[in-house]
Amino acid sequence: MSRAAAVTGVVLALAVPALVHSDFWVGFCITVLLSTLMASAWNVLGGFGGQFSFGHAAFFGTGAYTAAVLHVALGVNAWLAFAAAGIAAGAVGVVIGYLSFRYGLRGSYFALVTLAFAEVLRIAVGSVDFAGGGVGLYLPLQVGIANMQFASKAGYYYVALALGAGAIAVAWRLERSRLGAWLVAIRENEDAARALGVDTLRCKLQAITISGAMTGLGGAFYANYYLYLDPGLAFGPGVSVEVLLAPIVGGIGTIWGPFIGAAALQLAGEMARRILGDAPGLSLVFYGALLVLTVKFLPDGLIGLGRRMLQPRAAHA
Amino acid sequence: MLEVRGLSKRFGGLLAVSNVSLAVKEGEIVALIGPNGAGKTTLFAMISGFLAPDAGSVAFAGQNVTGWSPHEVCRLGLARTFQIVQPFGRLTVRENIAVGAHLHSAERKEALAKATDIGMRLGMGPLLDRPAAALTVAARKRLEVARALATNPKLLLLDEVMAGLNPTELGELIPTLRTIRDGGVTILMIEHVMQAVVSLAERAYVLNQGSIIAEGAPAAIAKMSSVVEAYLGHGAAERLGRVAAGAA
Amino acid sequence: MLDPIILIPAAINGLTMGAVYALVALGLTLIYGVLHIINFAHGSLLMVALYAAFFLYRLLGIDPYLAIVVLVPVFFAAGYALQRSVIGTSGQGRDQNVLLITLGVSIVLENAALYFFSADTKTIDTSYSLEVVDLGVALVPLPRLIGFVAALVLAAVLWALIARTDLGRAIRAVAKEPHGATHVGVDVNHVFAMSFGIGTACLGAAACLLLPMFYVSPHVGNVFVLIAFTVVVLGGMGSFVGALIGGLLIGLTESLGGLLFGEAAGQLGIFLIFIAVLLFRPTGLFGSRLA
Repeated sequence: MSRAAAVTGVVLALAVPALVHSDFWVGFCITVLLSTLMASAWNVLGGFGGQFSFGHAAFFGTGAYTAAVLHVALGVNAWLAFAAAGIAAGAVGVVIGYLSFRYGLRGSYFALVTLAFAEVLRIAVGSVDFAGGGVGLYLPLQVGIANMQFASKAGYYYVALALGAGAIAVAWRLERSRLGAWLVAIRENEDAARALGVDTLRCKLQAITISGAMTGLGGAFYANYYLYLDPGLAFGPGVSVEVLLAPIVGGIGTIWGPFIGAAALQLAGEMARRILGDAPGLSLVFYGALLVLTVKFLPDGLIGLGRRMLQPRAAHA
Repeated sequence: MLEVRGLSKRFGGLLAVSNVSLAVKEGEIVALIGPNGAGKTTLFAMISGFLAPDAGSVAFAGQNVTGWSPHEVCRLGLARTFQIVQPFGRLTVRENIAVGAHLHSAERKEALAKATDIGMRLGMGPLLDRPAAALTVAARKRLEVARALATNPKLLLLDEVMAGLNPTELGELIPTLRTIRDGGVTILMIEHVMQAVVSLAERAYVLNQGSIIAEGAPAAIAKMSSVVEAYLGHGAAERLGRVAAGAA
Repeated sequence: MLDPIILIPAAINGLTMGAVYALVALGLTLIYGVLHIINFAHGSLLMVALYAAFFLYRLLGIDPYLAIVVLVPVFFAAGYALQRSVIGTSGQGRDQNVLLITLGVSIVLENAALYFFSADTKTIDTSYSLEVVDLGVALVPLPRLIGFVAALVLAAVLWALIARTDLGRAIRAVAKEPHGATHVGVDVNHVFAMSFGIGTACLGAAACLLLPMFYVSPHVGNVFVLIAFTVVVLGGMGSFVGALIGGLLIGLTESLGGLLFGEAAGQLGIFLIFIAVLLFRPTGLFGSRLA
């Protein structure tokens, strides 16, 4: 990417709240950025590492509830709670990861077990009163930077921008690191990787911890933005699916895939909403169909499609 | 350098490896031969940490590595290739080799540079940027060796690396392996291709039905009746002897 | 709490529900055993079958137990078509892709139901819904008893189909050795689709047995999918006996666990069993080696 294009991109990104006067569209950008963070997080474990998690909601919910409970029930500073959310979610990642990987769960079995863990957390948190029980948890509206609540969307936008950009940066750094190379090797052929000295358990644990922590931060942001949580929402399959759909649609295992996928999905969802109305379930039908179609016809995602279209036909080697 | 003592492995009712002992000294090229199903790959799997032996011990570079996991053994300096090649399909040849190089190089640039260097030394220069999945069988075998070499091993375990190669390809790989040994890497190779065994190996072990039945220089072993019988069946040695005597 | 007067009905409750779990799991374990895919859409397909049975009753007055005759072939056909057209033709060899596709199908089904039928739970009231049978040790609601017996009968029929018929032989051959089966002239794709179809046919039957004693809602599939997986994993992937016994065990666990520790604990118990089995005994009680 040329220097000029990159600089323009950064300037535009920073100027969005000033340039875009519709609260709705700023909110839209916030959603895309939040989605990018979590999609990138899933991509670290699933795209780079090849371990498909179907229960990433476990990390999202942990982050969301940790931040909410620490701040609301225990009066901890919202930003500290935010950091703690990431740490807590990362810790959950270590636990789930250690149990799953130590016992050799791969492929579909790993996907299933992550789903089970998310459900366990959903039920457990739903039965605990101080977390609001099944009814849900409301975060009191206390506008103020210290409380990580902002008067206008602009404040939220900049936090989301930092998170989204940070996520892309993590992916960028990972691709150039030894851990990234080893994760990809594990993805391609785990036994061959072991024979080359790769401590596969350690690498996968690192991946799931990073992935979990990032997703947890997303959950914490969500809590402070929407000010309402309930176990079904925070730990439910909706989050788990959304988090894996974006990288798959955008381009699994790439740096920008999660962002492109997140943007494409939110855009498509918005258009669908305008054309078909806001009926319950309709957008998810659309997402489900998109998942099937992408896996069948476009396994490399939109980035893969772009690459194929931009490259001149190479002679078959 | 490598000392295997009394190694055994049982799968259900089948005793795949039975009380096998062998030794490889530094700088040697030793071959492990025997008919199909003799247990050679199982033996490799135990030595390299992919399988836990039921009995016996493996000592490498002065340490008891019995039951160690593959990556620990590799870090100590023992690298292996697989009988059925296992490339990282979607990565380029250079990236494949770099995975091995990363064992001792934490920086990406350094690992990639090392990978390029090893790739060229093994004659894979023009292939470095191709995806591994697009390679021919011979090239993939070379890649297996290159990758393992990138981990800076003291001992290389090669599992049928000559299988499926035509005479030209053999003619290229055999001297390459000799060069690798001359560069300071000890080699233990499972091989069926006798030409390779005879031209490369100083010593050979013969494995049949899980047990070592012979050991010695390849030329001498080929004449031993027990070895002939292992490959050609009971009574074959005697029949061959009669034929030879009749022809004399 | 441990008074037999309370325990025994709870246990019977668990067993009767467990029989239905077993029937659902039978379909899933067959699909896994033959196609080696984990069918994420199993729960949503059950949900669709439940709606079908519901509307057959509401709109056409067909009793659910009679609807079995209609739904089993219909769902067999639907499963066959689904496997042939959507699931079987993708994946390109990566089993995670098939997982994603069945996940996608389940999302589509669940949310289409949400869109068309809204999120309300629906139940039916038949003339015999409230009838109770006196077993001496306890009073059992008639629908549950019928469900229990019918599930066992259907399991036996399924077993006979697999063990005694030519189709069953072909299915077993393909399950063991798909490449070899091709060489002997078996149309593997057809057998795959037949197996998937039989698996979904089980759902059609299970729905008819379930409806009088349960409810239907768009999300009911989610409830069943993990339970079905737990049963299959506990019993052993591909084992019929395992699915049967596993189903009964899980039904018992849920019921007794719920009685003794609260409903949430009952459900939690199931998922914890699932995780524990996957970690410590992935072959399950009766299963063969994991693929």
